[in-house]
Amino acid sequence: MTDAVPMVCASRASLPDRVAGAMRDVYVVTRRNLVHIAREPMQLSDVTIQPVLFTLLFVYVFGSGIPVPGGTYAGFALAGLLLLNLTTSSMGTAVGLTVDLSTGIIDRFRTLPMWPAAVLVGRSITDVLTATVCTLIIIGCGLLVGWRPEMGIGQVAAGFGLALLFAYALSWLAGCVGLWARGAETAQSFGFLVLFPLSFVSNALVPTRGMPVWLRTIVDWNPVSAVTAACRELWGNPNPSAISSAWSMQHPVWTALAWSLAILVICLPMASMLYRRRTTD
Amino acid sequence: MVEAEGLTKRFGRTQALAGLDLATSAGSILGVLGPNGAGKTTAVRILTTLALPDGGRARVAGYDVVRDPAAVRRNIGVAAQDATLDETLTGRQNLVMIGQLSQMRRRDARARAEELLRTFELTDAAGRVVKGYSGGMRRRLDLAASMMTRPPVLFLDEPTTGLDPTSRYRVWSVIRGLVDEGVTVLLTTQYLDEADQLADRIAVVDHGRVIAEGTPAELKRLTGGARLEATLMSPDHAALDALRPLVEGPFQVSEAGRRLRAPVRSTTGLVARVVRALDEAGVDVEDVAVHQPSLDDVFLRLTGAAPEEPAQLAGGHRAAAPELQEVTI
Repeated sequence: MTDAVPMVCASRASLPDRVAGAMRDVYVVTRRNLVHIAREPMQLSDVTIQPVLFTLLFVYVFGSGIPVPGGTYAGFALAGLLLLNLTTSSMGTAVGLTVDLSTGIIDRFRTLPMWPAAVLVGRSITDVLTATVCTLIIIGCGLLVGWRPEMGIGQVAAGFGLALLFAYALSWLAGCVGLWARGAETAQSFGFLVLFPLSFVSNALVPTRGMPVWLRTIVDWNPVSAVTAACRELWGNPNPSAISSAWSMQHPVWTALAWSLAILVICLPMASMLYRRRTTD
Repeated sequence: MVEAEGLTKRFGRTQALAGLDLATSAGSILGVLGPNGAGKTTAVRILTTLALPDGGRARVAGYDVVRDPAAVRRNIGVAAQDATLDETLTGRQNLVMIGQLSQMRRRDARARAEELLRTFELTDAAGRVVKGYSGGMRRRLDLAASMMTRPPVLFLDEPTTGLDPTSRYRVWSVIRGLVDEGVTVLLTTQYLDEADQLADRIAVVDHGRVIAEGTPAELKRLTGGARLEATLMSPDHAALDALRPLVEGPFQVSEAGRRLRAPVRSTTGLVARVVRALDEAGVDVEDVAVHQPSLDDVFLRLTGAAPEEPAQLAGGHRAAAPELQEVTI
């Protein structure tokens, strides 16, 4: 059977080779996603144009009416604006995956000897890259409107790292939604029904002390609040939530880490399970 | 190289496969022929690890499709019925990506892509985004994609559907070339002439199972050989009496009575004898022809229906079929 010129390839690659192959698959899928973005740059408007608009809108329009104890609204709001933009842009993952699944390319991928999860991992890495672009744009805008970090470079970087870790975790949550949703519209409504409340019912853009107690409890335990408060603490910016007695607000860095890891631990296996189920018939 | 035994698959109430058996030998082309909905695509999806069978077993290149799909994938190339391409990448980027995801080195993938783009006459369009490709171009790019790694087993699900005649002949010659190199091809088609031209063996599939299997010649023999078709200037019973000694079975006569059809044994000088016999009986003839059996006839006989959408490719004789009726005179 194997004397024919095209040989049947029999050997299963060794583990290190398979890991290297999987990494390469992830790289190839990520590059493909980046080519998509380069071809249709408007896909990126939620991490390029939206952060600029939101920064101007909140700092100059809303911020002028919101007093912040111990600092300026710009200094207070930057961490919140970062989280708002990172959170809402994770909708792109859900929509991107849904669109991918509706085209024939997934069937092609599934007949190739590639690491099947590369499709998901490549998508989440693409999202971290766009989230990094978003972060850089927000830093630029922030510096222009008067935000200044008051701590050393290490702590400031740790704050951004924490925000990006959270964005990465959210991209897997959004990935689950994208795999579960049957169409791009469903994936989009996830944005309005989950991500918008998540980012606005938080301490991101307004100090929370005026809120009714029941609402403040929700806000204090919202992961977005934790990451925002952690960034403010690490950057030395005004953090009015520090007066809250909730454990999450007393230890925002640990809470932010815990939330991110918890989301990853749940959503990583769930996404691969959903992917397998979605692509088996 | 491809062996399937008793494959079953049900989608809701539809029994897509009802115990399908297939077998190919290395370096040959198996044509899987059947109308839409016969189960051809489901069979290909199972054999290419895209779908799981409800029952039965299948091995491709020696590996079980359910237990070792990864090993199967290392040894197959697939061109599905609906082109499976990335619409936002260029033709060239698609091929290189597919090569790389099949564990080819980037440089090798690029070289192979250029070669296949030339083979399928896509070099000029290679730098354009697939979104702007015509149906035929997509089809050809998809075929090229299936051949990137020079896999030993190739699955082509209706490879020439939607191609113009020139492209079809081109694809046929590429497929023949691959088989000469030792590649095993499983090809589904609705086109009888495609199966006839390409396949070493043909499995006729209907309602999810193989209803006939053999070489094209063996299958054609099932129809009982050649047949005579005569068109008279006007209906004339004398024609039937004159021809009866020359034919081997009952006549079919069209409603208008002008067209006759009957099975014959094809021998040299048969047409001349038919013309002479009709002439001696004083019958005016418009046209006489002896048709060799085609797979169309096999298909009609086996399934009681013509495959769908054959018109643009089939010979003209099929058009006559519906108006003919068995009559006894």
